[in-house]
Amino acid sequence: MRTDAHTSAGAEPRFITPGMKVVLAIALLGWVVWGYRMAFGLGATTNLSNAYPWGIWIAVDVACGVALAAGGFTTAFLAHLLHRERYHALVRPALLTAMIGYTFVALGVMTDLGRFWAMWHVMLPPFWQPNSVLFEVAVCVMCYLTVLYIEFVPVVCERFAGKVRLPGRLGVLDRPIDRLLRMLDSSLDRVITVFVVLGILLSCMHQSSLGTLMVISADKLHPLWQTPLLPLMFLLTAFGVGYPMVIFESLIASRSLGLEPERGPLSSLARFTPIILCVYLGVKGFDLVHRGVIGLLLDGSFKSFWFLFELAIGAILPIIIFATPRLRRSMGWLFAGATMVILGVVLNRLNVFLICYTPLESGAGYTPSFGEFAVTFGFVATIVALYRFVVLNFPVIEGLEQQKAQTASSRPTGVDGRFSAPRRPAPRHVEPLHPAARPSPTGAASPCEPPYAC
Amino acid sequence: MNVPAPSSACASQASPSRRDFFKLAAVALGSAATAATAATAGAASGKGRGPRLEEDRCGVLVDLTLCVGCRRCEWACNRANDNPHGSLRDYDDQSVFEQARRPGPRQFTVVNRARGREDGKSVHVKIQCNHCERPACVSACLVGAMRKDPRGPVFYDASRCIGCRYCMVACPFERLAYEFDEKLTPRVRKCDMCRERTRLGRRPACVEMCPVEALTFGRRQRLLELAHDRIRRHPDRYVDHVYGESEVGGTSWLYLSSRPFDQLGFKTLGPKSPAETTEAIQHGIFAGFAAPLGLAAVLTAFHHLTRGSAKP
Repeated sequence: MRTDAHTSAGAEPRFITPGMKVVLAIALLGWVVWGYRMAFGLGATTNLSNAYPWGIWIAVDVACGVALAAGGFTTAFLAHLLHRERYHALVRPALLTAMIGYTFVALGVMTDLGRFWAMWHVMLPPFWQPNSVLFEVAVCVMCYLTVLYIEFVPVVCERFAGKVRLPGRLGVLDRPIDRLLRMLDSSLDRVITVFVVLGILLSCMHQSSLGTLMVISADKLHPLWQTPLLPLMFLLTAFGVGYPMVIFESLIASRSLGLEPERGPLSSLARFTPIILCVYLGVKGFDLVHRGVIGLLLDGSFKSFWFLFELAIGAILPIIIFATPRLRRSMGWLFAGATMVILGVVLNRLNVFLICYTPLESGAGYTPSFGEFAVTFGFVATIVALYRFVVLNFPVIEGLEQQKAQTASSRPTGVDGRFSAPRRPAPRHVEPLHPAARPSPTGAASPCEPPYAC
Repeated sequence: MNVPAPSSACASQASPSRRDFFKLAAVALGSAATAATAATAGAASGKGRGPRLEEDRCGVLVDLTLCVGCRRCEWACNRANDNPHGSLRDYDDQSVFEQARRPGPRQFTVVNRARGREDGKSVHVKIQCNHCERPACVSACLVGAMRKDPRGPVFYDASRCIGCRYCMVACPFERLAYEFDEKLTPRVRKCDMCRERTRLGRRPACVEMCPVEALTFGRRQRLLELAHDRIRRHPDRYVDHVYGESEVGGTSWLYLSSRPFDQLGFKTLGPKSPAETTEAIQHGIFAGFAAPLGLAAVLTAFHHLTRGSAKP
């Protein structure tokens, strides 16, 4: 991102790294194939069939995407609603993941819709069909995506307040835009709790309904997975994967950006996961016994082994890791545990939507096409690139902001030049939104000071 | 999210008194309990809202013991629905029976030959949309593009469809076909029991064409009586089961057979429509919107109750 040469090389991470070049190449390929699909249709791009009307675009992009974006509402619940101050540093990265994640869930749905140009039908009451589980999911996801964007507005305000410098004649608009940003920020400040509550509510609603979605496929889904309790299972796994996802990406981000990991908050965050996973295991066991299919676990079939594997990697092993204080304090083990929970949940969604979905009458198979893989991986790569871009340019990661403040103070001008037109006169109003956000000469801001206090 | 951290001063101001605390907690618990009760009641009642059905709705009875596998119904169906149909003579080709075929986007019905396991005799099975009484596809569709005509047919309205294909995931018989090859305007394709023809008093094209009267069109109630009458009069000829009478809540198309249906590739299905379960869950959770409102109340209560504590 940064093209201006600045001498303190290595102090501030750049957008383009060798790794990012690979990521961007994958993203580019994905978008090319995406364009091909939009122009030439589903049949030309996918291996979908009448027997398998849903493929990896629904199973991965939508089902896994929604589940893995659960870090947003679970962290907001802890930090904002329960006022656990120590987790505040994790709220914004989680919110950002959720926001980008859900944007790509919506894009994934759109890519998969045969008549994507008629998507707006879902928003019009004359089309509504409230018996449909998918209707509930669609409306909830649309509302939640809106809530996520609103929750992110303060970050944008904070980034630009006092720094609006449009090029050329547009400079006249600097002051009104600045005033608008401040107004938005202060008014949102007062009602943000409403949006946090709404976000959690909408999340619980559609995370569970995503499970109800496959109940209607009845005997096409293997009896070990098919249960009227699927909504509860999906909700519990969403709760369960929320914090591991935050841990996972926080550790990757700090490694990639050369920051010290948030050891304290991350270790304590991991304490909650075993409790949720134990409840999940309990419900799972009760369900198997109650429906009388527990015998299927021991029939030696591939599916029975697969079911146990999913539970072992997604629940049992992580419970052991996260419940052991010594392991929880090691960032390596923390990362391993978080990765396992994520893999377990991804496996669960794939099993329910694809792997253990067997069209009995047609007996056909499904292997995703190159195009399907390209779009799915392209979307994931775009998410990674967008995350990195936003994190480098907006006040999202606390450690990075402190680092930026440090570099800024060591530079002669001390003014951050990004997004501003070159060679413009000195800024007319430079008072930042929050006094504490001003680069302090020492760069040592206490983690609980504004702007991160949510 | 940018709410300033509660300083100790602000905390003492906002911290609720003990009485407020209990009041809030009571409200929260109360609404949670209401929600739970409503959800259980909704799930227990089970039925939900099925589609409206006329007393004298139509159906078709297929007597597999009469079918000779001439495939003329296929030709008639293709012609009536403007699908590629060719000449009637093309349908004498028996080699198509070597493979089990499925209804497709340009062919809404197919006749398959089931190989006789014991007696070596072949049985021909015509398959198409079974027109469920409580259709899962109709319940699944989020924009009401799949509907059940009170007179019997389950039909599709492309002008409402957004192309999500959830109906196909829901169909217990896997009989829906999709125009995957269409670039921009793919449709779900299926038999609509010749809805337009029957409205004008004619019989469905396949029924009209059948030379051996293996297909009978009429009031579903009347067809069930007819089917059971045939079983009663010829117990040696038929298995005592009318497929479609109770499967997934009943279907408009009914089948009589000389051999157990599971041997002929018919799915063994219970009497409950999958739509019943999902609608019970959905309407149970959202009964009176009590559960979502209750959860919102609990969350708000949490926010207020923990405000003063500000634990790490």
